Amino acid sequence: MTATATKIDAGLSRSECESFLVHEARLLDDARFDEWLALFTDKAHYWVPSEPKQQSPLDTVSLMYDDRRLLETRVRRLSSPRIYSQEPRSRTSRIVTNVTEEGANGGETLVRSKFTIVEYRREEQRLFAGTYFHTLVGSGRNIRIAFKRIDLVNCDAPMDGLVVPF
Amino acid sequence: MQTHSNQDLRNAVQPARVNRRLYTDPAIFELEMERIFGVAWLYVGHESQVRNPGDYFLTQVGRKAMVVTRDETGKLRVLHNQCAHRGAMVVASDCGHAKEFQCVYHGWTYHLDGRLKAVSLNHGYPQDFDTKSPKTSMLQVPRVESYRGFIFISQAESGQSLKDYLGHMATSIDDMVDRAPDGEIEMAGGVFRHAYNANWKLYLENLCDAAHPWFTHRSSIDAAQQQSDEVYSDGTGEIAIRQMRQNGAPYSFWENQVGIWTYPNGHSYLGDYHDDKKLVASMEDPLFREYIGILEAKKGKEEVKRILEVRRWNSNLYPNLSFMSQFQQLRVVHPISVNRTVVSTYNFRMKGAPEQMFRNTISFANIVNGTGSLVLTDDLEIYNRIGIGLGSDGADWIEIGRGYLSDVRDEFGGLKGKNSTSEVYIRNMFDAWRGYMLGDEASASQMKASA
Repeated sequence: MTATATKIDAGLSRSECESFLVHEARLLDDARFDEWLALFTDKAHYWVPSEPKQQSPLDTVSLMYDDRRLLETRVRRLSSPRIYSQEPRSRTSRIVTNVTEEGANGGETLVRSKFTIVEYRREEQRLFAGTYFHTLVGSGRNIRIAFKRIDLVNCDAPMDGLVVPF
Repeated sequence: MQTHSNQDLRNAVQPARVNRRLYTDPAIFELEMERIFGVAWLYVGHESQVRNPGDYFLTQVGRKAMVVTRDETGKLRVLHNQCAHRGAMVVASDCGHAKEFQCVYHGWTYHLDGRLKAVSLNHGYPQDFDTKSPKTSMLQVPRVESYRGFIFISQAESGQSLKDYLGHMATSIDDMVDRAPDGEIEMAGGVFRHAYNANWKLYLENLCDAAHPWFTHRSSIDAAQQQSDEVYSDGTGEIAIRQMRQNGAPYSFWENQVGIWTYPNGHSYLGDYHDDKKLVASMEDPLFREYIGILEAKKGKEEVKRILEVRRWNSNLYPNLSFMSQFQQLRVVHPISVNRTVVSTYNFRMKGAPEQMFRNTISFANIVNGTGSLVLTDDLEIYNRIGIGLGSDGADWIEIGRGYLSDVRDEFGGLKGKNSTSEVYIRNMFDAWRGYMLGDEASASQMKASA
């Protein structure tokens, strides 16, 4: 492998990835959903599988599976004053940790991390936990999410409605 | 827990209003489990889940854990998932294939039809201990029947046949299956299980409710209407957004162009309200053109015309099933307690249809049945609000009277709303409720219509 190829494929550093993930979690906790949406590329996908180790979002149902168009609609709805499933609004607190780079290729870096999310709404507190897989592109202040997969540990459990993005 | 006489129960259902306690009283819930879920035909699964002898899957029927299987002779069996020895759950995997069922506590082993096959340490038992007796079997549900692949059970030894229970609504199941070019559908594509804190009856009451989308789904209607179609979609978002926009049909549309039909035993269906070329089989869409071509090659033009003219949205079979044929969706209601309900939703693949049709079924399921859907989450919120509202000791009665004066007889022995916003389907479910709970044969609204 040549030095040039190594450099191209080196991808983002672990600390760059971690900073980005912490920034993303903060935007979600602060309900700055428009800014969160702006982190995604124009052809991004956002995916919360309904089954452990789910192979495809196309032939098995997903708790959420949004192409860019549906993700925009999801985010626009979140800011609607008539989103009754968010009246009252949820409050969330997220921790992102155990960040590892799983590989880099052609300007993309695959990042794996662990998360816990506490969601509080209408006198009930829910705990979510699982694994994030982010495919990140760009660099510096222009890091963008091309693909985000969220594997909830309880993805196949009976669940009350899921409104706030993971 | 307060007990109720039949007269109390009878008084709680008036022709156009019901007592709110029917949704909140644990004692009434217990009676419903016994008199409705313990007797009625209930959907438990689909034959494509148990193709071969030895195939099995677990399901929850009302509050009872059951194993659905196909025995060595090919006969469908439904067993309570309990060991006759100490009561432990025998089968622990959600689905699979087995030659026999063995309890891992002390090794009691059962045939696929539930009969006891072997007992470890079989000595010293009392004289009446009989390994051939039903008492030492996994308890079997007495009546199991299927209609075109849909498996139903009744826990009553005798009573109405499945055919009579379905009545005219069998045509909705026909519609589900007839749309498959090869005449067969299979369950596929995973399951959603969503939950809410309110009574089980609310779920079916909402699925034929043509008057709620305008209000309840306002946030997703607005967001979808404002969405630019220039933005990238792999097809998933397109289906979802078209569906959300259709929910924004004005009341004039619901009043004039959609119908609601109800039939004995509490069943009902809502007419299809879609006119989007990608949401109803139309020749304007290349995928539907391909599909209709395949269907015509298999069934002939005339039959295909008949099939596609059946335009139904949700068909509900009281008390636990709802399905829709256009996008091959099915939902099963599981009452957990008087104010907790879980709904399982499934999808079907139409054999012989283009694979993209199934992928659209998945996209559609995500938006109409998904636990994280932009639409369903507002329905779940409404159920929770009803749970909170009805649980409050305020007014005793709630209204189900919209369209009461304008319901009309239907040619197949049912009662239909003058238009789709009639609450006739709720009145009809309470007629069935009275039938199961009290043995009332004639119902207020049915009598009124024939008067």
